[in-house]
Amino acid sequence: MIFRRDTWSEILSSVTKNKARTTITVIGVLWGIFIYITLSGAAKGLDNGFERQFERVAMNSMFVWTQQTSVPYKGFKTGRFIQLKLNDVRTLKTKIPEIQYVAPRNAKGVFGGDAPNITKDLKHGKYNVYGDFPVVVKIATKDIYDGGRFLNEEDIKHDRKVCVIGERTQRELFNKDENPVGQFIKIDNSYFQVIGVHKFVQGGGFEDDGDIYIPFSTFRKLYNTGENVGWLAIAAYNDADVIEVEKKVKTVLKDIHSVAQEDERAIGSFNLGEIFNKVQGFSKGLTFLSLVVGVATIFAGVIGIGNILLISVKERTRELGVRRALGATPNEVKGQIILESVFLTLVSGVLGIILGALVLAGINAATQDVTDFPYTNPTVPIPYIIGALLIMIILGTLIGLIPAQRAVSIKPIDALREE
Amino acid sequence: MIAIKDLHKSYKMGSNVLHVLKGINFNVEEGEMVAIMGSSGSGKSTLLNIVGMLDLLDTGSYTLDGVPIVNLNETKAAKYRNKFLGFIFQSFNLINYKTALENVALPLYYQRVPKKERDEKALQYLTKVGLANWATHLPSELSGGQKQRVAIARALAAQPKVLLADEPTGALDSTTSYEVMQLLQEINDEGKTLLVVTHEEDIAKMCKRIVQLKDGVIIEDKKVNQIRASEYV
Repeated sequence: MIFRRDTWSEILSSVTKNKARTTITVIGVLWGIFIYITLSGAAKGLDNGFERQFERVAMNSMFVWTQQTSVPYKGFKTGRFIQLKLNDVRTLKTKIPEIQYVAPRNAKGVFGGDAPNITKDLKHGKYNVYGDFPVVVKIATKDIYDGGRFLNEEDIKHDRKVCVIGERTQRELFNKDENPVGQFIKIDNSYFQVIGVHKFVQGGGFEDDGDIYIPFSTFRKLYNTGENVGWLAIAAYNDADVIEVEKKVKTVLKDIHSVAQEDERAIGSFNLGEIFNKVQGFSKGLTFLSLVVGVATIFAGVIGIGNILLISVKERTRELGVRRALGATPNEVKGQIILESVFLTLVSGVLGIILGALVLAGINAATQDVTDFPYTNPTVPIPYIIGALLIMIILGTLIGLIPAQRAVSIKPIDALREE
Repeated sequence: MIAIKDLHKSYKMGSNVLHVLKGINFNVEEGEMVAIMGSSGSGKSTLLNIVGMLDLLDTGSYTLDGVPIVNLNETKAAKYRNKFLGFIFQSFNLINYKTALENVALPLYYQRVPKKERDEKALQYLTKVGLANWATHLPSELSGGQKQRVAIARALAAQPKVLLADEPTGALDSTTSYEVMQLLQEINDEGKTLLVVTHEEDIAKMCKRIVQLKDGVIIEDKKVNQIRASEYV
């Protein structure tokens, strides 16, 4: 019956010739699916937005630094300052297999202390200087403008006096059309050759657009830091539990530096992975909420269809009686009502999807240039749409059963007698 | 064509049982045009409904064109109605959102006749009742007489064995009534069996046989000289 062309043209004629009824019916479900699509699309957009905010850094990364001890241990009294050493990196990597990358970093000017003086010809300013290993880009991506590069292993090996400068540094120290790459700037009292300019990206933590990166080994010589490390940037493998890794890192470091395990203050950390998980949890919750609300609204819409069909069956009692007198079997009448229900649900569903998609596209266009608001590419995954359509077909059928049953429960003779 | 033996039918009205038909014996031969008369409450509509398989009999037997009508469920009844019977109602009962042509084609739709053939046949019957030019009109755009003629075309479309007309002229003025009766007579002339329920004497006299019902029994069953409706028109 479903596959007879006639069945559908019969349904189409019955549906299109009762325009007011059809319109009202359609609006109910259309609204439901529209809410569903827009909500889950918006939630996805927010999700994507958060992800974009975090895409610059490895999502399971953390920073670890040292502070003063708060618990006396092994004969040391409290208030002792702990110093991270380069050797710690190797120890961490061997003892904790979940760690993918460790980047020891030093900096001047970031956490207290004066930023170094940077001079280029007659221009000068104070900018933060970082001593870095090339591996740091695995943890926090650095985009380098064309023609330049980031630090590499050779730079470290030969203690090269090279640097990567920021966009702002370039703007403030160089002339407008001057290519900084290959030129020399003076960091405190040494000349460094510029090898690249990094693009500043929002959301990179405490770093900014004036930062200068030099090889770790050069930094160490320049500022006489020896084996000392300012802090560690650590990235765990994707499948590792970051919170667990963080705990292990702290345990190992406390071991190395003779700090009591119960000392909460000696080693500080900032777990991006944990924060990311929280944000992700939030957006997951939001997605879930939008699904629940959307599906509930679809439900309401479909129930509306059932309601209107029920009324229309009452209205059409006579017509259905005539049809049965002319030879329509109860199943044919039932089938017609159910298919009308499914048809209306589907048509309004598809219209709602189209409308929702248009609205999402509009929102997307409007938020295209907004960078400080986490909202990117609001899309609804295809499975969600298919799921919604399935729900609509099933609900449409189920809800159509009620008026259909009602339609055949009236005897044709009573239907015809009704004035 | 129709053979009814010892037919009883009663309705439950709350705690009362209303015995409507009390033993009807009634035969109709092919090509007959029978008027069933009686005052309201005489059971004439109930009889027609049972003949039309819109209602079930309590006891007795009913045979239509040699087929015993027993164990009737709704699906079976629908098939029989579609195959054997054409209905003409007092209030026409056209489907208001369908055109005259679509209304006539509807029984053919339930016979699963392909669309093209359906429309051809429907138009043929509309032509027969003189409404070919009104094929695309909705019932609301037709006069009462025209509506009844569309209904007659619809009843004929499925090529039934018997036409059942329940007060076919009840909602029409006398001129239009005679026109409709003339059409029914012409259909009967072609050999179709007709059962007409009416309480109007002049309409009954246009049939070939009058069956009088009173309080659920047949009190009179006589052949009459048919008065041609064309004499009045």
